Amino acid sequence: MAINKLLVANRGEIAVRIIRAAQELGIKTVQVYSEADETSLAVQLADKAVNIGPASAAKSYLNVEAILDAAKATGADAIHPGYGFLAENADFADAVSNSGIAFVGPTGDTIRRMGDKAAARQAAQDAGVPTVPGSDGIIEDMDEACELAEKIGFPVMIKATAGGGGRGIRIAGNAKEFKELAPQASAEAKAAFGDGGLYLEKVIEQARHIEVQILGDGESFVHCYERECSLQRRRQKVWEEAPSAALTPDVREALCSSAVALAAAVNYSGAGTIEYLYDDKSGEYYFIEMNTRIQVEHPISECITGVDLLAEMISVAGGNNLSLSQSDIRMRGHSIEVRINAEDPANNFMPFPGVIGDLRVPGGPGVRFDHFLYQGYQIPPFYDSLLGKLIVHAETREKAIKRLARAVSELSVGELKTTAPLFSALADADDVLSGEVHTKWLEPWLETNSDKITQYEGGAS
Amino acid sequence: MATEVIRAMMPGVFYRKPSPEEPNFKNEGDPVKKGDVIGLIEVMKTFHQVQSDFEGTLTEFKVDDSDAIAPGVVLAEVET
Repeated sequence: MAINKLLVANRGEIAVRIIRAAQELGIKTVQVYSEADETSLAVQLADKAVNIGPASAAKSYLNVEAILDAAKATGADAIHPGYGFLAENADFADAVSNSGIAFVGPTGDTIRRMGDKAAARQAAQDAGVPTVPGSDGIIEDMDEACELAEKIGFPVMIKATAGGGGRGIRIAGNAKEFKELAPQASAEAKAAFGDGGLYLEKVIEQARHIEVQILGDGESFVHCYERECSLQRRRQKVWEEAPSAALTPDVREALCSSAVALAAAVNYSGAGTIEYLYDDKSGEYYFIEMNTRIQVEHPISECITGVDLLAEMISVAGGNNLSLSQSDIRMRGHSIEVRINAEDPANNFMPFPGVIGDLRVPGGPGVRFDHFLYQGYQIPPFYDSLLGKLIVHAETREKAIKRLARAVSELSVGELKTTAPLFSALADADDVLSGEVHTKWLEPWLETNSDKITQYEGGAS
Repeated sequence: MATEVIRAMMPGVFYRKPSPEEPNFKNEGDPVKKGDVIGLIEVMKTFHQVQSDFEGTLTEFKVDDSDAIAPGVVLAEVET
């Protein structure tokens, strides 16, 4: 069934991105919003907007009933969940489908299966995708868990199977620590998610985070190459690149093919991302998890391949086949995205909500800024701190970093503190320039280089 | 004896408990010392402790649990 009217069940920059994609496809848009988002750019851009409740996300963007009511009242025939909020909520996907509305994403069953870490790991193994050595399933018994941990070899990561966003995760360096930490992780997971089951994974030290963008229509499956997101703070990505400079063509081919194999094994429909840890030294890669939604950093994949991921996922949800086959997708140049957050990098990344002042948006060749800002916009304190994503594309990685530094220097949002100075400093850091980074590189670097960030404060220079 | 006020240092959502299942940090009528945590402010998905700058008795909360607050809003009164 062709989609005529798409309801956007999200906010911020991704809501704006979805509306833009829909408009280009000739699809009408309905933006749902909380009371705190009445003045948002997405509300202004959409054809229609519906208030779905108070500022608290639990009462608005996570309120399934209110969102479905808004869809029915406006005659929306599809719902795009964006990322976060209800994007990976299998029950929501089912509720949408059961209401006769197309869910822009995979089926509830696929979300459920890939959202369960143990089931996802099993699916990966069945598809021949290497996984990190660990428990083959959930462990309830603590003695059994400890025995296995010793067998895998410390350090071992203890994860709650229902966990997410770093909650319920512990790292044990030895058996004594393990015996202390495992019950804590289980209790925390039980309190937060109602499920205290744990699983174990060997900690791969000094690994890169590499992920493969895939697209599927349930019958055919393609990849749009990989992204490297090794620069992370508190497990949050801050700087992403495509492609990864660390992969040889052979490893890239094997890695991307394995992602397509997994997508095919679960009959995937929509846009998804398969995340891996990549060990430079051994050249081995290991499946971590699959995200069954569009990701924040999707634009860098769009830049290097020219594929409009949002348009493809909406089109597939409308019952169409993918418009591309693998041979149509070629990689060109290098792209970098940095996350402009309302946080003060000189003050331990303290959230800094406020009013957007004299907004100066970077431009010129190879620069894209996906954001939801306008001069005078009051940023609500109730949601995450992402203001926008500054994306650059150039022929080579070296040129992309130079272009990024140039673009960041053009950005200004007035008095508001943002993470922009961090990226000016990173674009000048030796390890970043040489690409010698891993997932635990950024935090120690921040501890010793705060002066370099402060040096770039004060916006456009 | 004087009445002092504890104000919100940032915008966000005010919580009186460490988590939904746990008891309040402080109830009205409880004694407070300098540095005692009286609540949390959630701003952009991060939590920040609100501490008392005063020693005395926390006589009244001026906002409810889970209320949205602006910076500078009076959260509680302390009788010193």
